[in-house]
Amino acid sequence: MDIKKEKNGTTLTMALSGRLDTVAAADFEKELNASLDGVESLIFDCADLTYVASSGLRAFLMVQKRMNKQGKMVMRHVQDAVMEVLTMTGFDDLLQIEK
Amino acid sequence: MKTDEVRIEAKVENLPAVIAFATETLTGRCPPRSRMHVELVTEEIFVNIASYAYPETGGFVTIRRSGGEGPEGLTLTFIDGGVPYDPLQKPDPDLTLPLEERPIGGLGVFLVKELVDEVRYENKDGKNILTVRTIIGNDEE
Repeated sequence: MDIKKEKNGTTLTMALSGRLDTVAAADFEKELNASLDGVESLIFDCADLTYVASSGLRAFLMVQKRMNKQGKMVMRHVQDAVMEVLTMTGFDDLLQIEK
Repeated sequence: MKTDEVRIEAKVENLPAVIAFATETLTGRCPPRSRMHVELVTEEIFVNIASYAYPETGGFVTIRRSGGEGPEGLTLTFIDGGVPYDPLQKPDPDLTLPLEERPIGGLGVFLVKELVDEVRYENKDGKNILTVRTIIGNDEE
């Protein structure tokens, strides 16, 4: 998975592309841990995210918990394949998702 | 039905090779959604084995594959000689819990159960044997 970051003040946009599988999720968590200090608005652009496994869901859950303490987080442009997994696991109720 | 088999070290970095093997008989006519389901099921099972079956020693997984897009479906069997573990005994996660109470983990096995048409576990000759069968294109709700 590729991550493109764009920071604008306290808003961080991360464009995710490719597959958020178990291998990618480990790097994703590291990247998140290193990027979120001072961020009040976190936006994931998921337009090119094609796949998510449970390890990726876990990363989203962790970052949502953190962002609840320091601001807000939203997922945008979520594809059907990813949305299906989010819905199946009830994550569509836990995360703020804009299709 | 023809059965193919691969034996591979139970390490997460072998995931792409395992997914390639599991999906090898799927053709260009396979609906992308069905292919994604097979990939996800394969990943969750293999990663579980790679993470927990051999806590100290490391070890191998044998994967058997038969069928594909035909009416018999695609059958995948994962065999490891690690710690005896029946993932199907694990209770399903409570999907209604609020964010702060959601446990980290437990979703992989749940996804497997949701996405396949048949799943069974047996422990035989000291081996964990997990078999899943998916009817390709039969996953509409």
